[in-house]
Amino acid sequence: MEMTGEYRIPAPRPTVWSALNDPAVLQACIPGCESLERGAENEFKATVRAKVGPVSARFSGKVSLSDFDPPKSYRISGEGQGGAAGFAKGGAVVNLEEDGAGTILRYTADAQVGGKLAQIGSRLIDGTAKKLADEFFEAFAAKVGAMAGPAASDTAEAAAATVVTAGLPGSEPAQMAVARNAAPPSSKGAMMRWLAIAGLAVLVVVAWLAFR
Amino acid sequence: MSEQGIGKRVVRKEDQRFLTGKGHYTDDLQRIRQTHAYFLRSPHAHAKIARIDTKAAQSAPGVVAVFTGADTAAAKVGSLICGWVVKDKHGEPHKAPPHPALAVDTVRHVGDTVAMVIAETEAQAKDAAEKIVVDYQELPAVINPAKALDKGAAQLHAEAPGNLCYDWELGDRAAVDAAFAKAAHVTKIDLVNNRLIPNAMEPRAAAAEYDAGSGQYTLWTTSQNPHVTRLVLSAFVLGIPEHKLRVIAPDVGGGFGSKIFIYAEETLLTWASAKVNRPIKWTAERNESFVSDAHGRDHVTHAELAMDKDGKFLALKVDTIANMGAYLSTFATAVPTYLYGTLLAGQYTTPAIHVNVRSVFTNTAPVDAYRGAGRPEATFVLERIVEQAAREMKIDKAELRRRNFIATDAYPYQTPVALAYDSGNYAGALKKALEMADYDGFEKRRADSKAKGKLRGIGLSAYIEACGLAPSAVVGSLGAGVGQWESAQVRFNPTGNVQVYTGSHSHGQGHETTFAQLVSTQLGVPLDQVEVIHGDTASVPFGMGTYGSRSLAVGGSAIVKACDKIIAKGKKIAAHMLEASAADIEFKNGVFSIAGTDKQVPLGGVVFSAYVPHNYPLNEVEPGMDENAFYDPANFTYPAGVHICEIEIDPDTGVSTIAKFTAVDDFGNLVNPMIVEGQVHGGIGQGIGQALLEHGVYDEKSGQLLTGSYMDYTMPRADDLPSFDVGYQVTPCPHNPLGVKGCGEAGAIAAPAAVMNAIHDALAPVGVKSIDMPATSSRVWQAIQRANTKMAAE
Repeated sequence: MEMTGEYRIPAPRPTVWSALNDPAVLQACIPGCESLERGAENEFKATVRAKVGPVSARFSGKVSLSDFDPPKSYRISGEGQGGAAGFAKGGAVVNLEEDGAGTILRYTADAQVGGKLAQIGSRLIDGTAKKLADEFFEAFAAKVGAMAGPAASDTAEAAAATVVTAGLPGSEPAQMAVARNAAPPSSKGAMMRWLAIAGLAVLVVVAWLAFR
Repeated sequence: MSEQGIGKRVVRKEDQRFLTGKGHYTDDLQRIRQTHAYFLRSPHAHAKIARIDTKAAQSAPGVVAVFTGADTAAAKVGSLICGWVVKDKHGEPHKAPPHPALAVDTVRHVGDTVAMVIAETEAQAKDAAEKIVVDYQELPAVINPAKALDKGAAQLHAEAPGNLCYDWELGDRAAVDAAFAKAAHVTKIDLVNNRLIPNAMEPRAAAAEYDAGSGQYTLWTTSQNPHVTRLVLSAFVLGIPEHKLRVIAPDVGGGFGSKIFIYAEETLLTWASAKVNRPIKWTAERNESFVSDAHGRDHVTHAELAMDKDGKFLALKVDTIANMGAYLSTFATAVPTYLYGTLLAGQYTTPAIHVNVRSVFTNTAPVDAYRGAGRPEATFVLERIVEQAAREMKIDKAELRRRNFIATDAYPYQTPVALAYDSGNYAGALKKALEMADYDGFEKRRADSKAKGKLRGIGLSAYIEACGLAPSAVVGSLGAGVGQWESAQVRFNPTGNVQVYTGSHSHGQGHETTFAQLVSTQLGVPLDQVEVIHGDTASVPFGMGTYGSRSLAVGGSAIVKACDKIIAKGKKIAAHMLEASAADIEFKNGVFSIAGTDKQVPLGGVVFSAYVPHNYPLNEVEPGMDENAFYDPANFTYPAGVHICEIEIDPDTGVSTIAKFTAVDDFGNLVNPMIVEGQVHGGIGQGIGQALLEHGVYDEKSGQLLTGSYMDYTMPRADDLPSFDVGYQVTPCPHNPLGVKGCGEAGAIAAPAAVMNAIHDALAPVGVKSIDMPATSSRVWQAIQRANTKMAAE
């Protein structure tokens, strides 16, 4: 299965970038996310519980990052183990592109499910993957748009230009984004990792849908 | 009496209990202190197991025990076995890699058993299984049998280099090559025989119990052959002495071959029942059945038929790759060899035949016998190529067959592929089938369909099977690890009713009725006074079970032999009672009489005397009326016939509708024509299912089973099937006492070729040359579109 998507988020790229670093934002957009933990270098662990119809499963996810090209794109590879339910795994290339006052997020993901998930859900996964991704990014866009505020569109271009010139993606807007939350990311890599978690969560949630 | 005897449409005795929910199936068991097992299965097609952590599962609520491959290996639980040694073309035995009941360090197909959790309840066992952590290191997988032999293909077993189980051949290659060299026409065909998933109505189930006092194990299991299960588990896998293992196969809801085999689950339950010293039960969920029952078919074949200018068959050569799956199931090796290659003469006089079969391992569920087992694959190859030859030679398809049929006076007929046919009338069956199907009126019906914008086709399938498995000496010489006789015990009670113990097993076939009809006819006892008992190694002396359409031909013959012994003994007792010589005693309709006189004594009186021997010839015969018999057939039986399918296709949607399906079968004598009809209907239903709907599909890259539920695996339903026209050609089998041949598999053997020939006949006018099973509406529509595009381009 391969899915692609493109979303215009009404916030400047630095804002989007930073929001992807905000665990609270992610938790709000990914249903059932129980924990996010740092693992080895460029690796994170996520635990997500989902109850779909009669089936309840906890997925333990492992994500690794590669092919960094900050702040344009990178690749994430992830795997979520659902115990007796099987597994979901895949990779995604995610792109952020400035678009006037907003940001266009594009992704191309290939996901694979295994075991009972594949046995029961192979027919459903193609149809529901897109719908699920839409739900996630719609929630994300709404949240980020609201955080950016009505004034954001007027100042976005200048802000973005500053960031690019400074070569410090995320520094200024990140303070905006993380205002409610944990310590700001200490490096570009850390920010990427949060984005990776978001991508993985999409893949894993796609797998839950396959269960329906 | 005569209303209930041989040849009558007697209503099935067992249906009352089945239809009112009073059957006793394995899952109905509730043993005291019973626990439940759940099997954690591999989600990967091929992976190393780096680590299994069962700690959390062990301490989960209600858990009694958790076992992994490390435990069974430490306890020296043996490998599951394949009971038929096939020798390759160099005389070497097939490669037999180990098949551990629980994977030790490698999983080789999705559904491979990884751990067994035993808990107080099924839900607790399942919940605990969720807590088992398995670190898999994924390995590349190979799925497609046609690619398994490729250089660079993923390798499954160190014991089987190149994934090759054996490279086997049968027939005279030189004679075949010589015949091809002088042929006027050669027809070539490439075929895929699609993988099928059996889907018996009752899923597999087992329950095991250990009696620590006596050391006795009892296994209840959904088996078609409980004695074979006992033999394999005791002698080969678990090392339990045979007399300490009792196997019971109670009411079983369908098998179709998939319940012949000895699987990991019942093996593990039996072993673990002593470990935990409590009864354990397991019933497969449907999704487990999909990934763990032995699948059927899965052949890729290239065949060529050489003919002279008149369409006389000169030679046939067949090259097949057969999928064994990840491990060898109990009889897997025999199916694409001795049950396939030997049938390639079909009903024809083809003088030279050569078949080469390479069986391969792939990362899929094991493949073994499924209704017909090898013979449907052979019929499909032969009848597809014959009909394609007819099209190419522009000879009528019925006429081409007639020109090549073995003559009715040619029996016994030795084929070039080992078998000696005993009897048959192929031209007679064809004539009858053509009449019933109104073959002569077909072109008119085709024109009518065309006028409505529809495509109509007709296809024939003149099949033969080798059934009544089997002469022990023959199968032994071919590598079988067992004899294939059958046993029977006919035991009268003092009050005159009869208990018949048979080693055959009924899981839908209606033996309780058919066998009672036999005994009723042989001994003159009313049907309701005959009880047929099967499925328990503790009560039935011995048995080889039910498969290969053998129950009546072999099991029924054993019952006849036991009845003969009853009559012979009864004559001695009657002679004493009537004060005559035993040589002068006749037995007819349940009465012994002195020939030529009206002096007589009924069988019931003789039986009573045998149990109350107050006035009895004790110096000549023992008391009691209880006789055992074993029957080992002299030859296979050879049911044969012609099935004709007429189909109409809507070219706009690709939907095929079977307009008419005609079957004329030669099963020899019929004991219960109603049950025979039921068997024929069910077999045709499965055959049509294979041709049009069913397909077990694994993702070629990931090895995931994509058709793992009824959402994707399409079973035939009532509205997919027409009403069948069933007729018979009767040539009694000359070498068994009943003259019967077996009817259980014919429909599944004959129907796929008939349906696919009809589809090719319908699609030939629009330029479609080849379409594989299942010919779903989507495949048919796409084939029509491709042909249209091609025609437009030319």
